[in-house]
Amino acid sequence: MKMKEDKNKFVRKVAASEYKYGFTTDIETDIIPKGLNEDVIRLISAKKGEPGWLLDFRLKAYRRWTTMTMPRWAHLDIPDIDFQDISYYADPRSKKAAPGSLDEVDPEVIKTFNKLGIPLEEQMALSGMAVDAVMDSVSVKTTFKESLLDKGIIFCSISEAVREHPDLVRRYLGSVVSPADNYFAALNSAVFTDGSFVYIPRGVRCPMELSTYFRINAAGTGQFERTLIVADDDSYVSYLEGCTAPMRDDNQLHAAIVEIYVHDRAEVKYSTVQNWYPGDKDGRGGIYNFVTKRGLCKGVASKLSWTQVETGSAITWKYPSCVLAGDGAQAEFYSVAVTNNHQQADTGTKMIHLGSNTRSTIISKGISAGHSQNSYRGLVRVAESASGVRNYSQCDSLLLGDRCGAHTFPYMDIHNDTAVVEHEATTSKISEEQVFYCNQRGISTEDAIGLIVNGYAREVLNKLPMEFAVEAQKLLQISLEGSVG
Amino acid sequence: MNVAPEKQYTDLYREARGLLAAHSPAVMDAVRDEAFATFCAKGFPTTKDEAYKYTGLGPSFAPDYGLNLARRPLAADPYAAFRCDVPNLSTSLFFVVNDTLCASPEHLAALTPGVVLTSLADAAVRFPDIVGRHYGRLAAQDDALTAFNTAFAEDGVFLYVPDGVVMDKPLQLINVMSAGADMMAVRRLLVVIGDRASAKLLVCDHADGDKRYLSTQVAEIFVGRDAVFDYYELEETTPANTRVANTYIRQAAGSNVLANGVTLTCGTTRNHLSVELAGEGAETMLGGIATLDARQHLDNNTLITHRVPRCTSRELFKYVVDDEAVGAFAGKVRVEPGAQKSVSQQTNKNICLTRAARMYAQPQLEIYADDVQCSHGATVGQLDEAAVFYMRQRGLSHKEAVTLLINAFVNEVIDHLRMDALKERLHLLVEKRFRGELGACRTCRKCK
Repeated sequence: MKMKEDKNKFVRKVAASEYKYGFTTDIETDIIPKGLNEDVIRLISAKKGEPGWLLDFRLKAYRRWTTMTMPRWAHLDIPDIDFQDISYYADPRSKKAAPGSLDEVDPEVIKTFNKLGIPLEEQMALSGMAVDAVMDSVSVKTTFKESLLDKGIIFCSISEAVREHPDLVRRYLGSVVSPADNYFAALNSAVFTDGSFVYIPRGVRCPMELSTYFRINAAGTGQFERTLIVADDDSYVSYLEGCTAPMRDDNQLHAAIVEIYVHDRAEVKYSTVQNWYPGDKDGRGGIYNFVTKRGLCKGVASKLSWTQVETGSAITWKYPSCVLAGDGAQAEFYSVAVTNNHQQADTGTKMIHLGSNTRSTIISKGISAGHSQNSYRGLVRVAESASGVRNYSQCDSLLLGDRCGAHTFPYMDIHNDTAVVEHEATTSKISEEQVFYCNQRGISTEDAIGLIVNGYAREVLNKLPMEFAVEAQKLLQISLEGSVG
Repeated sequence: MNVAPEKQYTDLYREARGLLAAHSPAVMDAVRDEAFATFCAKGFPTTKDEAYKYTGLGPSFAPDYGLNLARRPLAADPYAAFRCDVPNLSTSLFFVVNDTLCASPEHLAALTPGVVLTSLADAAVRFPDIVGRHYGRLAAQDDALTAFNTAFAEDGVFLYVPDGVVMDKPLQLINVMSAGADMMAVRRLLVVIGDRASAKLLVCDHADGDKRYLSTQVAEIFVGRDAVFDYYELEETTPANTRVANTYIRQAAGSNVLANGVTLTCGTTRNHLSVELAGEGAETMLGGIATLDARQHLDNNTLITHRVPRCTSRELFKYVVDDEAVGAFAGKVRVEPGAQKSVSQQTNKNICLTRAARMYAQPQLEIYADDVQCSHGATVGQLDEAAVFYMRQRGLSHKEAVTLLINAFVNEVIDHLRMDALKERLHLLVEKRFRGELGACRTCRKCK
């Protein structure tokens, strides 16, 4: 059958599609020697001029980490990682002093970000989005900081926040994800280098989208960034995060922590487009993405929304979670996870309902192609104390090709009789009828599949802020459609 | 002093190794040491083991149970002591008291010609070939409790339906735990259904008296090409009872299996049901009902493996969890590479009636083939208040309304059964159970 052949051809093309952000940037980088021990942590802390309490925090986390073992429960085939063979700090700046203005930033770095489509100046001028760009371990440039500061909003790198707002950082750092939470959280707490810090004061609606771009550039390094977002009473912020990495044959480790603390009636919207280098079509290289993301809806009627588009990384181990502690809190999780070639993803969410009348929604769309394995793993827990809880979960999987896998592992732990919890999941491939219908109307099989995949993911893509939605759609095309589109 | 619960069993095994060998057929003894080694390596599963996440079993095995390793004969005739009959359903009735089969000659004679029901020890002599080919071949040897069972099992029940034989009457097997002291039974069931054969097996679990009982059971069921097999399990035991049942079914091409488990009353129960669809066109339907109250704990763990193309599996489990009871359902459907055109549906619906009741649901899909239709759905909720209100308006008491609704909720599972008399019986039993009138069934005399 012709259509079937077309489709097979398409699937092969999909499987052959390549990563488009795989350039490296040739800039001077200050990398500390490989290896991890207490001295390395002291060195990182000293390089960043950190106060004593933070060094203690790191050392405590490191000691904890040494007693822990690598988690193996996920549906992932994780090769052994030699944590002594990674450099834990890489600083791409040629000058030691922090750049005061855009002119002082290494032109190569700016070029890198221009290639990524984040021209910092243009971004400042045109889109009105504040950007914090993190390359390897160091925050390179934060735009729009001054105009945000007028409203009392703090948006800066976490190292700067440690210097300028130590009380805030000290109060909230580790309050959502404790250093003992899991293996990678402990590792990150010990060696985290940079990341973003956001504080939205009481009653303030952040007028623009805040955005961070992460990029791993130097070889043989790991990236351990840490993001901390605090939304005080009645505030609102929408935060975006994007990431890319160069193509390399060896694997690089990325172990980040994102902590979000939401106070009374505040709302935080967190969107990620994750596009780390996924490895080549034979599964060589790629980023190991082990990320702990969690938000604490501490306040009454607080709201947190996670939206993620996962297209990159060789291995993804990521469960953006919400602890709904305040009564009437709401949480949402929207996810599109695409895996191709030999990528593996085990991703999903945890909704921990502690407060009464809390609500959560989970929409997860998995798309697997090539030889990839794509798993949804989610937990909905309703504590005994939480009455009137409502949850709706839907996780669908789409399979392109017969050598990939799509799995769902939802957990529902219900300890309260007033909860209403629903879970639905389906797994299927694109129906031949749908493709045929498009073909009849003059749409090629390749375009038809692109169309159907985009339609399938629309529910989630619609939740992304405008600027990101466009990029995310393009990414879906790149990740799946090969030379099509 | 905390002694690991495994210790008394490893000690016992070493002491009684000779006794075990003396009282069991060679085919059962041959795999014993290996199974024991597996058990020693693994120990009893704890809640750290993913498959036993909701039911750690170490504490259940801690008491000092008696085991009938010397195979002492039964004191009483179960046919006289128990009358567990399904009205309007004529069955061939057999008993397993603790772990010893008790078959009356009269019922044996009434079996459809060709059908064999006997003890495994007897079968090992009469059908060494069939037993040798099937015993221990299907049960997952890496499961600690299957290994435990294999290490201590001395005898069991063997059912053989030869090719093309259609049984005219359902077979009823009643497991009774009855002893004057705390007692452990190590039960084993081997069922071989030949090609194009048809059989229905109803297994009931009962416990007599208020002693603590623990039963471990491993069932291996082989269903031949185009054969039809119905497997019903009904548990009606006591809160002091622990039941660990691992059932393994392998289906050949074109076969059709219905496996249904009803748990009316239990203490701590963990059922594992694994179905392997090994031949094209095989169909399976798994069902389950649980009505839990007080501090009962039930964990149903199912695994359906689609190994080959064009198989169909359906699953429907419903729980009603009351008081401080704990219900858990974990269902995994695995579609192996190349098993195209697989169709799989899994539904798990649960009602929690009190705040302290707990329900854990874990519906899982593992799909390695693309041309499949797989779905699962799970819900946890309460009775619809509007429906209760509607009935109250029409003069029904609150209790009556709730009973009606719960009955309607679980009846969907019963309606899938393929024996009308049993359906009726279960409707009645479930209703009685919800009305709190079922305490009487323990000795079976009253539920006539």
